[in-house]
Formats: sequence, C-alpha cells, structure tokens
Amino acid sequence: MLMQRALASRFAKPCVFVLALLPLAYLTFALLRDALGANPAEALLRGTGLWTLRMLCVLLLVTPLREATAWAGLARLRRMLGLFVFFYALLHFVAYVWLDQSGQWDDILRDIPQRPFILVGLLALALLLPLALTSFNAAIRWMGASRWRGLHRAVYLIALLAILHFFWMRAGKRNFDEVAIYAVIIGVLLAWRLRRRFIRTAARPETSP
Amino acid sequence: MKLLNSEISPRELVQGRRGVLRHLLASTSALALPSLSTAQALAPTQRPGKLAPLPSKTSMLPGAQTMDKLTAYKDASGYNNFYEFGTDKSDPAANAHTLKTTPWTVDIEGLVKKPGRWALEDLLALSPMEERIYRLRCVEGWSMVIPWVGYSLAELIKRLEPLGSAKFVEFVSLADPKTMPFVGSRTLDWPYTEALRLDEAMHPLTLLAFGMYGEILPNQNGAPLRLVVPWKYGFKSAKSIVKIRFSERQPATAWNKAAPQEYGFYSNVNPEVDHPRWSQASERRLGEDGIFGKKRKTLMFNGYEAQVGQLYAGLDLKKFY
Repeated sequence: MLMQRALASRFAKPCVFVLALLPLAYLTFALLRDALGANPAEALLRGTGLWTLRMLCVLLLVTPLREATAWAGLARLRRMLGLFVFFYALLHFVAYVWLDQSGQWDDILRDIPQRPFILVGLLALALLLPLALTSFNAAIRWMGASRWRGLHRAVYLIALLAILHFFWMRAGKRNFDEVAIYAVIIGVLLAWRLRRRFIRTAARPETSP
Repeated sequence: MKLLNSEISPRELVQGRRGVLRHLLASTSALALPSLSTAQALAPTQRPGKLAPLPSKTSMLPGAQTMDKLTAYKDASGYNNFYEFGTDKSDPAANAHTLKTTPWTVDIEGLVKKPGRWALEDLLALSPMEERIYRLRCVEGWSMVIPWVGYSLAELIKRLEPLGSAKFVEFVSLADPKTMPFVGSRTLDWPYTEALRLDEAMHPLTLLAFGMYGEILPNQNGAPLRLVVPWKYGFKSAKSIVKIRFSERQPATAWNKAAPQEYGFYSNVNPEVDHPRWSQASERRLGEDGIFGKKRKTLMFNGYEAQVGQLYAGLDLKKFY
C-alpha cells in the first residue's frame, strides 16, 4: 500500500530520474577526482557499457515486478527507464568514438570488421534509436497502438544483442563470470515473458465464447 | 582535465631536467666512467617508499634510458595483467599480497653445462644492479614507461654455459593455487610459460628485473624476479619466474597456445601487423596522453629498432608475428 502510494506520488518520477543519473554522476566525479585508475578512458568506456546493461535489466524487470506485486504505478516509469537505457548506450557510443578511437572515423571503419562485437553493439544502438524517437505519446497515436507495441518489442532483441556484445567482448580472455550473471538475469526476464505469452495463448480458446 | 595537468606540471619540469642530465650522462659515458657514484648521486628515480630499496646505477646501455616521462608508480603497480591473480587490471594489486617471495629459487634446466637450482640471493648478487628506463607496450594497446632495476639476462646465461644445441630459452612462472587464486581458471594453461630465441635472450636489452622505481618489485609486477623484453608486447615478459629451461626446439608459450592466430611466438611490437581483433598502429600512454587526446603512434620494435632490428634481418615479420 505504501509502495502503491509512493509510486503514484508526483515525486516518484523525479526520484527515479535522479537515481538513474547517479551512475553518470559517479563516473564524472571519479574522473574529475582522478579516481578511475590508470586508464580512465577504458574505465569510462566499460562503465557506461555496464550501466547500459544494468539499466536494461531494470527496465525489463518493471513488468514482471508490476504483475507480481500489483504495483500498477511502476508502469509510469517504463518510458523514462527506457530512455535512460538509450542515454547510457549513447554515452557508451560516444566513449567508444571519442575516447577509444579518438574520433578517427577511418580508424573506426577499420576497427569494426576486426571486432565484430562492436558491430553487434552498434546494431543494438541502431535498434534503440527508433524506440527512443517514438517514446512520446503522440507517436503511439500516429503509429497505432498495436504497431507501436510491435516496434517496441524490439527491446527483447536489443537485450539479446547487448548480452552477445558483452560475451564477445570478454571472449578474448575467456572471462565469462560477469557475463553469465547478466545473461541469467536477462534470460529469466525474457523467459518470464515467453511463459506469460504461452499461458495467455493457451488460455485464449477457453475464454473466448 | 586542465586542473589535473596543472597539478602535474611541476613533476614534468623536474623530469625534463633529469632527462637532460641522463642524456648527458648516457652520451658521455667516458665522463661517467671515473665515478660511478656520479650516476648514483643522480639516482634517477625517486623511490615511492613502499617496499625495500634496491640500489642500482644508471645503465649506460644504448636504449636503456628512454627520455619519455615516467609512468606514476601507482599506475605501474595498480594496473597490471597477471592472470594468476585475476583478469581485471586492478585484481593483481588487490590479490597478490598472498604471494610468498621468500624463500625463492629458480631451477635451471636443459641444454646448459651448469644446470641447477639458484637461490634468489645468489641471483641478486650475480651482477651489479642497473636502472633501465624502458617503454612497456601492452598487446592491448596501452603503454607505460617504467624504471626497472636488474641486469642483462645474458649475465646469467653466460655463467650457465649453454650447449651449442641450445636454441631457445623458456621461462616458467610460479603456478601455486594456494597463493594464486586464479591459477586453474580456464583462460590459460598453467603454469604461465614464455620463451625467447637464445639470441633474443642474450641481447643486452633483455633484462632480468628484480625491482622498479628503486625498490624491489611489488608482487603484482612479478616479484621477486621477472623478465623485461622492451621490444616485445608485455606478455612476453614472464613474471615471478621459477624455472628457466634451455632447449633445441621452440617451446610452446602460454598465449600462443591459447590463441595461436592472435599471439605469435615472436610478438615483437609492430605497428604494421594488427592483432586480428584490433589495430596495433597506435597506443595510449597511460597517465600521459590525456583521455580526450589522440593516441600516439606505436613505434617499430617499440622504438628499439636500432638496437634489436638486426635480430630479425630477413625474417618476414607478418608471418612470424
């Protein structure tokens, strides 16, 4: 009940907004304090990537959590969280282009075929772009709700690409422990949706007249 | 970033001045010969005061005194690849305190007249300690400048009297699961092994290092003794060595076994031969190239071409990467 009221409050969104900015604030603060270790460029590149993935996990958790708890107010946060996924992904991209590749486009064009995981990351970012661009209410009206929903299901594909991107990046050192954690989280969240879909499809013939 | 730059500028000044002195010293070795104490008085590197001092004289060897600015000790000892202690760069500094470096012995095996077991103390006393400032280029695309303390590996090898049939020298690192938590991880076969051609191992720039920054090596940097081969990617410089073996045939090496198409036996720094997954044309000098600045061009043989280029005359470096 308390949670219901908190989520419905007009402070809920600003609070989540500030919370979602904390990772960026931390990275910025650490950079200015020279506290990102010997290779701050690498730390920023990895930090923004990791927070994109974490935001994605939080985003995908919203619906299962809402259904499990009946905290309907959670749904109001989905758009903002989705935009934060895009925001951190964009920062990650900027860190790659600017810090990792020094903004040398010819280097980047040579880098992409050498490191296919970068292509996977770029693909995920490219898929995020139309979702971010159609995140406002009017877009739902223009597109029609079912087409809009269809488009936004791309987030599941994006989540899989994000995991593949992370896995492939770590494959060089066969260091998969952290990848496994995120793969399990995203796997469970996607499996929950498959299961729900399966139950609904199975239930449909009985409920229809 | 401006703020940070202004903070470090005094050190740059100091280093610049010292660089000039060092340059004078290196170019006029005759002048330096009468009193080695002069070199000692110029004791190039300020000790960080973390570990036991390891006194040395400034090396006069061509190539052993790079003019580049030193990497900060905290970076050189806090950002390491030493997979026995974890794959993250900060893992070795966090985990390597468990490594026991005394007592320590090194077994000499294979095609030498004088095989046997050497105590660390005897190795320390074998030849006068020199300070050498080398560029370190990691295969991952970053670099540092480190003042090592040690002597040419050749000093040891000469005393072991390799047989005519000895063509390669293999270095085996410690692999102790009790003190090295990630020995047994599937990244590499353990123990970590590296190897050089005998002529590479005999090259005076190939350093058997016992210290850095005027002190004994921190555990995470490969204590108590390691190899430093400045013209090759960092992983060729085996850490915490317990065995040196002389052989006729080219030994298998850790990264080459793990990914032969990515890490060759030679692994000479070469801006023209890319790693299959990234370019080797440039590098980020840690602590020096601003994070928003351009990376610097990587030099052939890491800038040691004048000294070591002849070792590879006629060798197709694209094929023997």
